[in-house]
Amino acid sequence: MTAVATAAPPRLDGPRRFARQFFRMPTAIAGLTILVLFAVLALTAPLYIHASDLDVTKATGGQMAAPGHGYLLGTDQPGRSVLLLLIWGTRESLAIGLLATLLAMVVGSAVGLLAGHYQRFVGRALMHVTDWFIALPSLPLAISLAAVLGQGATSLTIAIAVTSWTSTARLVRAQTLAVEARPFIERARALGAGNVQIMVRHVLPNVAPLILVSSTLTVAGAILSEATLTFLGLGNPTDVSWGTMINQALTTSAVSRGAWWYYLPPGIAIVIVVLGFTMTGRAVEHILNPRMANR
Amino acid sequence: MTDALAAELAADPGAAASAPRWYRSSFWPYLAAKLLGAAISFLVMLVIGFTIFNVMPSDPVATLTRQHPTSPSQMAALRKQLGVDLPVWHRFVNFVGHTLTGNLGDSWQYHQSVGSLITERLWPTVLLIGSATVISVVLGLWLGIRSGWRHGSFFDRASSGVSLVLWSVPTFWLGLILLVIFTTGVGPIPTNLFPAGLMSTPGYSGPWIAHVGDTIHHLILPCLTLVLVIFAQYVTIMRSSIIDELGAPYLLTARAKGLRDDDVRRKHAVPNALLPSVTVIFLQLGTVLAGTITVETVYSWPGLGFLTFQALQIPDLPLLEGTFVVLSGAVIVMNLLADMLYRVLDPRVRAQ
Repeated sequence: MTAVATAAPPRLDGPRRFARQFFRMPTAIAGLTILVLFAVLALTAPLYIHASDLDVTKATGGQMAAPGHGYLLGTDQPGRSVLLLLIWGTRESLAIGLLATLLAMVVGSAVGLLAGHYQRFVGRALMHVTDWFIALPSLPLAISLAAVLGQGATSLTIAIAVTSWTSTARLVRAQTLAVEARPFIERARALGAGNVQIMVRHVLPNVAPLILVSSTLTVAGAILSEATLTFLGLGNPTDVSWGTMINQALTTSAVSRGAWWYYLPPGIAIVIVVLGFTMTGRAVEHILNPRMANR
Repeated sequence: MTDALAAELAADPGAAASAPRWYRSSFWPYLAAKLLGAAISFLVMLVIGFTIFNVMPSDPVATLTRQHPTSPSQMAALRKQLGVDLPVWHRFVNFVGHTLTGNLGDSWQYHQSVGSLITERLWPTVLLIGSATVISVVLGLWLGIRSGWRHGSFFDRASSGVSLVLWSVPTFWLGLILLVIFTTGVGPIPTNLFPAGLMSTPGYSGPWIAHVGDTIHHLILPCLTLVLVIFAQYVTIMRSSIIDELGAPYLLTARAKGLRDDDVRRKHAVPNALLPSVTVIFLQLGTVLAGTITVETVYSWPGLGFLTFQALQIPDLPLLEGTFVVLSGAVIVMNLLADMLYRVLDPRVRAQ
């Protein structure tokens, strides 16, 4: 790289190269397109879906009617449009998935950073706690937590976050150890930087890309967990989410009545969104850590 | 270690003092450390279980009597009976004592001890997990070896793609789709090819061999669903450990001897790459359990997962607590086995 070639400000060089590599991968473009599409769908839903469309008592369609007659994906048992439920469910599923991931990332990064920085007693204690949580089977733990906390989005979010912060903690700790071994940390310390300053100003920026990768993959897992928990009946039955839809389809015996339009679309939506997050996450991982590429 | 080598080492005074005896004598401290670690994990799991089920619910008696009108004196009597009027530490000691002696309390909905319910439901789950694990390990390792040996090939990319998609499919939904396909019949598949639920046909009588056949017939769909969900992780592990071995010098030696490519793979690369994969099989039990709970729910397979689902409907807290303790305990035991097995199989770990 010569001085002539770096016409752009050096700070923008990294992101620009990142974007160029990112948009050269077909899976990355596909993943990002899916995510943008669903984000737009979720954010604009209140503009054309009204509370009365989702109200069981105000439903106008036939009971579990097949697609057609103004209902593109048919209706559910009380007569609501499955298409509108599906779009509205995007909000619930994405909101819980993203919020739980945010919680898990904050906890996981903090634990990993502290465990990597204070390598003696504190670090060892934190890693033991992490290992204990890794040893617990995640679904039974999430089920127990959600059952005790009561039905609703908050308890689902907490249950999912509690079961998904551990891998981030391990990852961030390993990266913190690697960064702290580098000379610029020693230099910062020699110049009088304190523990907090080293962790926040020097280590965190170097660990941040890894946290980003980890969070995209965690969202995928969190959305699957949300669907599983609501399918098992742990969600609030009046909230509309993909898992709840499949649960209600099953309890109203949509399978034996052949109402495929009721239970197929929510499942397909889950698969597409989870694939979107996974493909985006893997593409970012591929660029940031080329050694992992052929794994 | 062969006897000849041991004798040779014994003849050399420098080596005899350390190497072989050190290997053997370090096994017991290692085992003790791992056992202690597992015991601590178990205790921590009990603390977490106790916190979830006994500290977090504000008043179990209020939950229990939600549907029935109860007088304050009846509530107080019930509190005393359940032991919730004791201080927290006392309740915890009681809880640990009861759990270790196998007394997991009584289920609220079945009016039966949780321990007997769990033992009743244990074997169907073991049967389902066991058969699905064996099939997916064989399938996963085979696919992983093929993909890793020629990584980047069409076969590799196709198998990675299929694994990725199957990972993204919610287990319960996949089960539901298979259920629809094989019971209502789609396309050339006849109606009711496989039964849709339970472990055996109710009221079925016949010779024991027919019973076995009937159970297998019921097992096929749940087992297939579970295999589809869990086999991908074995592919990933096996594939990356084969890729790790690809550049190893001993493979070059084997090729230089004139061995065919198949033989190099089968006799040299695979045995070495198998080591890390074998232990991971034990470590994956947590993920397999998650799949089992939803698969059993979809097919009403009368195992621990379906029991968890049934407990959720009330929610029947003592029963949930019991299944949580048993499932988590099983995972801790499996992790311990993985540690042991790794040491037995891989001499390099022993030397560390």
